[in-house]
Amino acid sequence: MKKDIILAGVGGQGILSIATTIGMAALDAGLFLKQSEIHGMSQRGGDVSSNLRIADRDIASDLIPFGKADIIISVEPMESLRYLPYLSKEGWIVTNTKPFINIPNYPQLDEVMKEVNAYENHIAIDADEIAKELGSPKSANMVILGAAAPFLGIEYSALQQAIKKIFGKKGDEVIQTNLDALQRGYDFAMANKK
Amino acid sequence: MSQKLMLLGDEAIGRAAIDAGISGIYAYPGTPSTEITEYVMSSPEAKAGKVRAGWSANEKTAMESALGMSYAGKRSMVCMKHVGMNVAADAFINSAITGVNGGMIIVAADDPSMHSSQNEQDSRVYGKFALLPVLEPTNQQEAYNMVHYGFDLSEKLRLPVLMRITTRIAHSRAGVERKEMRQQNELQLPKDKMQFILLPAVARRQYKTLLAKQTELEKEASQAGFNQYTEGKDKKLGVITTGIAYNYLIENYPDRNIPYSVLKIGQYPIPESMLRKIYDTCDELLVLEDGYPVVEEMLKGSLNLGKPIHGRLDGSVPRDGELNPNLVAVALGMEDTRGKEIPAVVAGRPPALCKGCPHIFSFTALNEAVAQWGKGRVFSDIGCYTLSALDPLHAIDTTVDMGASITMAKGAADAGLFPSIAVIGDSTFTHSGITGLIDCVREKSPVTIIILDNETTGMTGGQDSAATGRIEQICEGAGVEKDHIFIVNPSPKYNDENRDIIKKELEYKGVSVIIPRRECIQTALRGIKERKKQEQNK
Repeated sequence: MKKDIILAGVGGQGILSIATTIGMAALDAGLFLKQSEIHGMSQRGGDVSSNLRIADRDIASDLIPFGKADIIISVEPMESLRYLPYLSKEGWIVTNTKPFINIPNYPQLDEVMKEVNAYENHIAIDADEIAKELGSPKSANMVILGAAAPFLGIEYSALQQAIKKIFGKKGDEVIQTNLDALQRGYDFAMANKK
Repeated sequence: MSQKLMLLGDEAIGRAAIDAGISGIYAYPGTPSTEITEYVMSSPEAKAGKVRAGWSANEKTAMESALGMSYAGKRSMVCMKHVGMNVAADAFINSAITGVNGGMIIVAADDPSMHSSQNEQDSRVYGKFALLPVLEPTNQQEAYNMVHYGFDLSEKLRLPVLMRITTRIAHSRAGVERKEMRQQNELQLPKDKMQFILLPAVARRQYKTLLAKQTELEKEASQAGFNQYTEGKDKKLGVITTGIAYNYLIENYPDRNIPYSVLKIGQYPIPESMLRKIYDTCDELLVLEDGYPVVEEMLKGSLNLGKPIHGRLDGSVPRDGELNPNLVAVALGMEDTRGKEIPAVVAGRPPALCKGCPHIFSFTALNEAVAQWGKGRVFSDIGCYTLSALDPLHAIDTTVDMGASITMAKGAADAGLFPSIAVIGDSTFTHSGITGLIDCVREKSPVTIIILDNETTGMTGGQDSAATGRIEQICEGAGVEKDHIFIVNPSPKYNDENRDIIKKELEYKGVSVIIPRRECIQTALRGIKERKKQEQNK
């Protein structure tokens, strides 16, 4: 078993919360893990990514090779496209459709989505809208994680357990909101994947 | 102890330092090294053990404090980013001549590809320059193990040990298994009372000792297990890797069966016998190293008279930038697996000053004040505010090294540029700006110095700044006239007032200091969050 995951977004969007949840689920399943992060100047509103590698044996490189990623999980639509050279032919793009516009030359959203849609294996989900419906805008990243869940090679229940552990200190209500967010994303992906 | 922790390479080093019984860690924040010290600072075990953990004014003061702790017989660590080695170089090179008493490890975090830096200098060169042993880990576990070994080596050879890492291992997380925790050393002064007195007569003697130790260093490097030779079936090629380059090599062989002979390097000086073995048995060599072609140049020499040696110098691997699995694949003659290209619609998203950042308003006022004098006169420095060079502010004209704003403004003023303006952050000012200010005061140089005081070290994540609340006192103490020191509030509300103050001071034919003071928006927001949390917990 091997899953190479690229997490994408903009500095400040908290992509590492997704990485932490997957990472905890993977570790509990006894898998090997490497997770490369970006710290420093790019965190100031620049594009950021994290390479998360999971396998049932030792992992060599901290970086995912070009053309070998199994999935790109992006919390922002344009950012999902920035890492296409890393995606394998059968790989999946799972992206939020809500743009994060902090540059003057952000392209037309429909042109961005045209590129995402041109890629057969994709899930495009309005995670912010769903999170808002759940009354917790902060849970958008968990919606996206839910949408990626069918492609991770990790038991869904393991992700639920990880959420319970990570949000444990914040009380049952917060745990439940995040579990609901995960479920909504998962259901969307199952209904929309071909 | 088989407890596995998920640690960044940096954190693994911090963890190992605590477990190996350090009594102090000294550092100035710098990406990608910052998290080593932060890990120790937040460790309850370090606190319980009264380990001194915190920030120094700059890398030189950090290195010297670490050496002082070693003098007193205790183990110390000092951490910095690669360019910090330039600041600390005087102390570093001379620490090889004094040697150590308690074990001492210097960690230099290099940044090939310049993710957050202004050059990609290779700290291994410093190791060779100082004639000291260098350790270069392949992965997080090895980084952890090397710290333990490094302190043993340091105390055995009575020399400081340099550990060189790169961004990719510093900021990548993997499982790390801990070793037993060791006791800290007792306070014990050096037996040889002359050891740390580098009078020429002493230095000459100790330099000879250092030279004589080189054979021992090579012997250590051949026995410690971090340098490994594996013979391959195919003798057409021999591959030499250093540090994490080994990972990129084996990534390209999923079954880990590499047909070629491989020499994996993790410790320097590299034993000549190991190099000779792979050179003699293979037709050609490929050298894979992140950073400068240090080993490649060593093998090739200037005349390149021997067998073909491939690497960064002959273009088999790019001359600059960090390595990755694909560059290594191509160098091995394999196919590049690069997928689809990035669609043209994707726009660049460079980092920018945060919304509400006080720097934005300092530069807006400065831009307005300087407009009548024309562009090309603002000397700046290292920090978030360097981003003011980009759209939309275009406010600064230089960024070179820590502290260079004040001194370059002085040099340009000496050349006749008037007005000449320096813009420097509060932490950068205490790091290396104060000495330049003294130069200016001494000659009454016509410079306007703007010290952006956001009360933190912002770019590296908000570490304490050395002189929060005391910047104006330092300036006054350095001899700046009281009438030419101003503290202003960098907010839109005060823009016109701030602009007029700057404007007026630009005309002054002496040293002026203007201090726009408002807390960094990131640390301010974090503060609000933490206070909220505390209230909830009540």
